[in-house]
Amino acid sequence: MADFSERVGANPGRAGHRLAVEAGRIVYNTREALAEFFNAPDPLRIVFAANITEAINICLHGLLEPGDHVITSSMEHNSVIRPLRYLEKAGVAVSVAQCTPEGELDPEEVDKLVKPYTKMVVINHASNVVGTLLPVREIGRICRRYGLLFLVDSAQTAGAYPLDMKKDFIDLLCFTGHKSLYGPMGTGGVAIGNRVATDALRPLKQGGTGSHSEKEEQPDFWPDALESGTLNVVGLSGLAAGLSWLREQGVAKIRRQEQKLVRKLLAGLEELKGVTVYGTKNATKQTGVVSFTLRDISPSEAGLRLDEESGLLCRVGLHCAPLAHRTIGTFPQGTIRFGLGAFNTSEEIEEAVRAVYQLTKRS
Amino acid sequence: MAGQGFSVFLFQSSSYALRAEKLLAQEKIRSKLIPVPRSLSSDCGVCLRTGRADKKKAIMVMEKNSLRFEQVHDLK
Ligand SMILES: Cc1ncc(COP(=O)(O)O)c(C=O)c1O
Repeated sequence: MADFSERVGANPGRAGHRLAVEAGRIVYNTREALAEFFNAPDPLRIVFAANITEAINICLHGLLEPGDHVITSSMEHNSVIRPLRYLEKAGVAVSVAQCTPEGELDPEEVDKLVKPYTKMVVINHASNVVGTLLPVREIGRICRRYGLLFLVDSAQTAGAYPLDMKKDFIDLLCFTGHKSLYGPMGTGGVAIGNRVATDALRPLKQGGTGSHSEKEEQPDFWPDALESGTLNVVGLSGLAAGLSWLREQGVAKIRRQEQKLVRKLLAGLEELKGVTVYGTKNATKQTGVVSFTLRDISPSEAGLRLDEESGLLCRVGLHCAPLAHRTIGTFPQGTIRFGLGAFNTSEEIEEAVRAVYQLTKRS
Repeated sequence: MAGQGFSVFLFQSSSYALRAEKLLAQEKIRSKLIPVPRSLSSDCGVCLRTGRADKKKAIMVMEKNSLRFEQVHDLK
């Protein structure tokens, strides 16, 4: 990113000079890296947005019309359920497939909600509250069987768990740069499969694209149609760096490492008295997110004390996902959540468990 | 004489031109992104210049990858 800012600093696709071309190349290379990473059909079907929230909005507002029916899960983040509830007021029918209190989803629950006018299924790949993985491939298969579009919110998994648009039958793979893709905040987007026609997706915004500048109408081809306004090129150059680091490491290796840490954290927390752990409590069925509550201390107080007394930073409360907390039975007080990444160590897990133990002991 | 001079490919957007540049490089075809000559279009973007001798091969590579270009011109 520093390299881009010092050496390039030009606006891609807005001029023909050398530095503008270089900026364009950085953006294009990021598209290509993402297309390869997700096994997307075409780098030009990678559309960038400010974050996954914007990407999800681009897809839902762009594709759903009054009279359409959409199926989602009861473990969704607000970035999915809020646009859907908004669209519901405009006449889009929304069904919520019920997940278990552990956050798991039986594909059958989706299957039985399909109606003749169902257009799309929208689910997260893993919950940001308890980390539980949803059966993306099985649900993707159901979507293909009924000819439905399949949108996956990969915020919690892209980079941490293998994902493949073709094998998982995903039509719209939304991603955010700043989590397990190890990119900076302010980057994200959607990889769009070949089953989505360019003219089926209405652009959320219109404006300058650097292409067809002589026309007053919005271009009708991707990615331009969906990318009005200057892109976050500095951020995208950082995302490209994150992706190339991921490629070196390999997602499988990162996954193995995280799984080991999660197993250790789960085992450590479950031994403590007065601690309730949520989710499947099975490291093979979840990502690097572990949620728990303490019998005698509220999540907000626990969060503050973990920070002040042990320097442990965790997110407490509802995690922008009240629906998911209702599903696991922790609404409205929420949980304390530890999020692990590729840079965490076994010692840190021990430290975290010790810190939680200290809390339970003194309360 | 055929095979001398340059050809330029115009695309609907610079993203397409950048993809073309990559695809041609993979096939060892030399190309360069240059500002669109004013005589060809009023658009402000870039186009891809190749040797005229490589024009046919470049077209084949783009067709094989379903990459659409808008126009191709031989430069005088
Ligand atoms: C499952 C899920 N979806 C969406 C989001 C929203 O991400 P962003 O804020 O990058 O748009 C998050 C992150 O909080 C998430 O965990």
